[in-house]
Amino acid sequence: MLGIKGKDLTVFLLVAALALLAPFLLNPFPVDSAMAQFNAGYPDLMQRFVIFGIFAIGFNILFGLTGYLSFGHAAFLGVGSYAAIWMMKLLSLNIIPGIVMAIVFAGLFSVVVGYISLRRSGIYFSILTLAFAQMSYALAYSVLTPLTGGETGLQIKQTDTPLLSNIPEGEIGRANLFGLEMSDSSILRFANWEFTMNVGYYVCAAVMIVAFYLAIRIFRSPFGMMLRAVKSNQQRMNYTGLNSRPYTLAAFVISGMYAGLAGGLMVAMDTQVGPERMFWTASGEVVLMTILGGAGTLIGPVLGAGFIKYMENIVSKINSTVLHEWFAFLPDGMEDFMVTIFYPFVGKGWSLTLGLMFMAVVIFLPGGLVEGGQRLKRLFRRKKAEDDQSSAAKTPAE
Amino acid sequence: MSNKNLTRRGVIKTGAVAGAGLVLPTYLRAQDSGFTNAPTGDTVTLGFNVPQSGPYADEGADELRAFELAVEHLNGGGDGGMLQTFSSKALDGTGILGKKVEFVTGDTQTKSDAARASARSMIEKDGAVMVSGGSSSGVAVAVQALCQEAGIIFMAGLTHSNDTTGKDKKANGFRHFFNSYMSGAALAPILVDQYGADRKAYHLTADYNWGYTTEEAMASSTEALGWETVNSVKTPLTQTDFSSYIAPVLNSGADVLVLNHYGGNMVNSLTNAVQFGLREAEANGKKFEIVVPLYSELMARGAGQNIAGILGSQNWDWKLENQLGDRYSGTNAFVQSFGEKYGFPPSQAAHTCYVQTLLYADAVTRAGSFQPCAVVEALEGFEFDGLGNGPTTYRAEDHQCFKDVVVVRGKENPENEFDLVEIVEVTPTEQVTYAPDHPQFAGGALGSCNNGA
Amino acid sequence: MDQIIVQILNGLDKGSAYALIALGLTLIFGTLGVVNFAHGALFMLGAFCAVVFSRLLSLSHEVVDETRTDFLGNPMTVDVPYMHDIFGPEVGASIIDWAVPLSILFSIPVMIAIGFAMERGLIKHFYKRPHADQILVTFGLAIVLQEIIKAFFGANPIQTPAPTAFTGSFDFGAWLGFDPLTIMYPYWRLVYFFFAVVVIGGVFAFLQFTTFGMVVRAGMADRETVGLLGINIDKRFTIMFAVAACVAGLAGVMYAPIVAPNYHMGMDFLVLSFVVVVVGGMGSLTGAVFAGFLLGILESFASMPAIVDLLPGINQIVIYLVAIIILLTRPRGLMGRKGVMEE
Repeated sequence: MLGIKGKDLTVFLLVAALALLAPFLLNPFPVDSAMAQFNAGYPDLMQRFVIFGIFAIGFNILFGLTGYLSFGHAAFLGVGSYAAIWMMKLLSLNIIPGIVMAIVFAGLFSVVVGYISLRRSGIYFSILTLAFAQMSYALAYSVLTPLTGGETGLQIKQTDTPLLSNIPEGEIGRANLFGLEMSDSSILRFANWEFTMNVGYYVCAAVMIVAFYLAIRIFRSPFGMMLRAVKSNQQRMNYTGLNSRPYTLAAFVISGMYAGLAGGLMVAMDTQVGPERMFWTASGEVVLMTILGGAGTLIGPVLGAGFIKYMENIVSKINSTVLHEWFAFLPDGMEDFMVTIFYPFVGKGWSLTLGLMFMAVVIFLPGGLVEGGQRLKRLFRRKKAEDDQSSAAKTPAE
Repeated sequence: MSNKNLTRRGVIKTGAVAGAGLVLPTYLRAQDSGFTNAPTGDTVTLGFNVPQSGPYADEGADELRAFELAVEHLNGGGDGGMLQTFSSKALDGTGILGKKVEFVTGDTQTKSDAARASARSMIEKDGAVMVSGGSSSGVAVAVQALCQEAGIIFMAGLTHSNDTTGKDKKANGFRHFFNSYMSGAALAPILVDQYGADRKAYHLTADYNWGYTTEEAMASSTEALGWETVNSVKTPLTQTDFSSYIAPVLNSGADVLVLNHYGGNMVNSLTNAVQFGLREAEANGKKFEIVVPLYSELMARGAGQNIAGILGSQNWDWKLENQLGDRYSGTNAFVQSFGEKYGFPPSQAAHTCYVQTLLYADAVTRAGSFQPCAVVEALEGFEFDGLGNGPTTYRAEDHQCFKDVVVVRGKENPENEFDLVEIVEVTPTEQVTYAPDHPQFAGGALGSCNNGA
Repeated sequence: MDQIIVQILNGLDKGSAYALIALGLTLIFGTLGVVNFAHGALFMLGAFCAVVFSRLLSLSHEVVDETRTDFLGNPMTVDVPYMHDIFGPEVGASIIDWAVPLSILFSIPVMIAIGFAMERGLIKHFYKRPHADQILVTFGLAIVLQEIIKAFFGANPIQTPAPTAFTGSFDFGAWLGFDPLTIMYPYWRLVYFFFAVVVIGGVFAFLQFTTFGMVVRAGMADRETVGLLGINIDKRFTIMFAVAACVAGLAGVMYAPIVAPNYHMGMDFLVLSFVVVVVGGMGSLTGAVFAGFLLGILESFASMPAIVDLLPGINQIVIYLVAIIILLTRPRGLMGRKGVMEE
């Protein structure tokens, strides 16, 4: 189907199903239960899962296939974001031109950065990309303020009158797709469960499914093969007379365009840009997402992105009041004790938990989260197999 | 026997039909009452979005303490704090409009993306009707714009840039804290008074929006009184060692150094300035002086001994009522209940957050509704007293509070780590008031209030 | 001219910190082949050794002073440091005053222990893993370390002043024959520079003139051959990791009076020190030190008002710009060896 088959098709269908059913899967707890804290099925976070998923998928095309570790990918995300918001401010509030220009500008910028950085390999390459990204960040924050809005960034303002959209007087324009506003949602209720179906989220999800499909095609194409060859032994490739540079540059630009797409979508969902989007920690984050999920695997980066964004948005919101509510059923002394134990790891301690999880994953699951999944599957299979065997053993007795 | 038809497939079909029937249009919560997140039960949720990681985490922690205290007082707990001294008597300790106040917290990380993500989760997931807090202007502007879009009220925390109520002002956003212009206007006369009118100033400015507005305000107010600005140099935000910016100051012909820095930048640049002996130096036959336009208690604590004798401005100080009398009533009531609960006096960030929460609750009560436009109307032009700053007005044109500004100086021999500054003078409201269309605030429009969908 | 001399001094000073951190990083790269993202955190831990030690020295007990009241009107409690009780107020006060230099003694065993524990407990298991895994695990460790520090010390910077004897400035102008008072440079920064030179010299001497150092150098060049000779190179590499941690820690201890320590200062230095190491050339210790001083001096020059006026924003990007230019003209940095970390 669609030119992919076997395992890839399963993975693709799985990702598509997960993306489409996310509003349900991420809200497994009734609204007024204590566990509702863990619900992640609200538009903003779902959008972020998907957008960072796209970012990580793109990054993985470069890193997972060629082994070139870029430490400056956030710059392309940022450039894409700025391009998109300017399109919305000037041309149209429809998100399509914004996203297209985001991809175009990020692509152009990545051609420049890639052309220069790919002259070197290994850590020298990483530092070159890092240097470009840090320069973009520093300039966007300060000297380029007229273009980027500096620290306060850019938002759509009342004074903005895009060429192709007419906004009623005194209203602030909203991002839309042919009139369908990104912030529109329908809420589905079953008893105490609430599921938010958000227009913006489904736009993102559709884009991600397409992006994921393209990534699979790239992974399985002769081009992808060539990139893998670069990773395993570039020297040998060069000796056979092949010039690997055009291939790596193409991979770099493609992943830069993915980053631009993610940046454009971020603006489409939430119409503002700030320069911190390009800081080295943001570049580092996508590296961590990819490694955490499993570099070089198809679904890994998406899992990694979801994991980190979940920690950042859900765990950071658990405060001591919430903890007290959870443990309210315990006797007073025990309650305080449990709260004291858990408190350092939630709320403002979310980054501590994140750091511990990074270490735990890389120590116990060398292949990232994907390996965790595989181990679970194997465990499950073995059990099933054992069951089969035991039931088979029993059959004759019957 | 009719149950016989209840096959698995049948149940799914019925479910699907029921589900389709339950799909309700946009912002269901809004449709009932005409505005976003209208509280339905017997509780109302407020969102407190403060920095919990990153360099301002301690300031965020103090803001959070103040929010918790405010919620306690609104719900009738504790000693009531400023509720007793507040000039408006609408609040009676039974929550807001009879609804118990609950709150959710989030981490802004002092990044606009993270702050908006956190605020959106409060609005979309927790149903917050108001978001407050924050410790930087970039974040305040970003979250304010978000609240305007979503149709809820934003009560800014610590944000000092002119832009928050200047070119980036929004109808749904309100700022109690003072701003760069007010700092300049309040400090200039006192600087001239203390150091003379014939001074040459050298500005070191953090290279981002807040730095720009503060430098502009300080330069124009001091120049108006006769000072000369010798040079102004932008320093990168990420700088930690300012030696290469400080070193040229002494030989530049300047005799005053103005540090338009905040937070860690200010601690480091001031420490470096003192290291390079600027505080003991002499220039143009006068004693060299250092000025820090915006002081905060936490910065003062971080800078330690180095702040001794250095002038700056503050929104509020916990010693106001003790030293300047009951014009600043409310101060002691707040310090008392904060101190009882946490064991140390509150910072100005804590004060502004506490006051903002009370002001919001009061406005809702007076308006008789949580509807944002009604709240905006109740707050616009609202005149009040008894919240620690003396008589104060929320100006309708730009949603900025106008009140006295405190000018402080670092103590030579602080007795403990909470008593690091002494109040020099209080600049009265009239001197720091400006026209809404003042050039430093030009370029924005309030727009109309937004109730959401 | 005087401004240029001051900026060279500033550059040497900044360069000292860069060079010390980069030196440690290169040792770890070179000996163990590990990308250590927790190296900045080690620097931060060093600075907090100074904080902890000065807190320990000024550990106090409370005495209620009935004559004064605190902000709530209760009788005030005054802290009296134990040092004052033990040595009398004057000697006690001067011991507390000298906390930072004294904490060098305290930090050496602490940092060696931390380095040892890190290598044996964690890094050891990652020698054979891809660099990506090393990055993830050490980055996780860096976050954990800084969050622990934040939990105990808060996010606010903590002043750890240098001894009062070093608070003044040295008048280079008078010394070099310029006008007096034109080139003033703080004593402590000079101390930091000389300290860095001594530590760097010490590490080089250790590697150059001891048998142990010779083996380590041989191991850096060709680990397998050294192993085949029957030398337990792993044990020596563990010790080198501890030495690298110690160098970063000492850099942090002495840096505490220059910039007040806070929990994320390690992250601020992390990226810069990687740039320094790479510009210097992977696997070259002299390269790392040289690049540290070079970038420090260039950064200082770029922030001179005259130059910023000419090229706005140059002070923000100079290090990265120089890094790009150097890496494009010299493929392996200034003194890099072929084949190290190029895959």
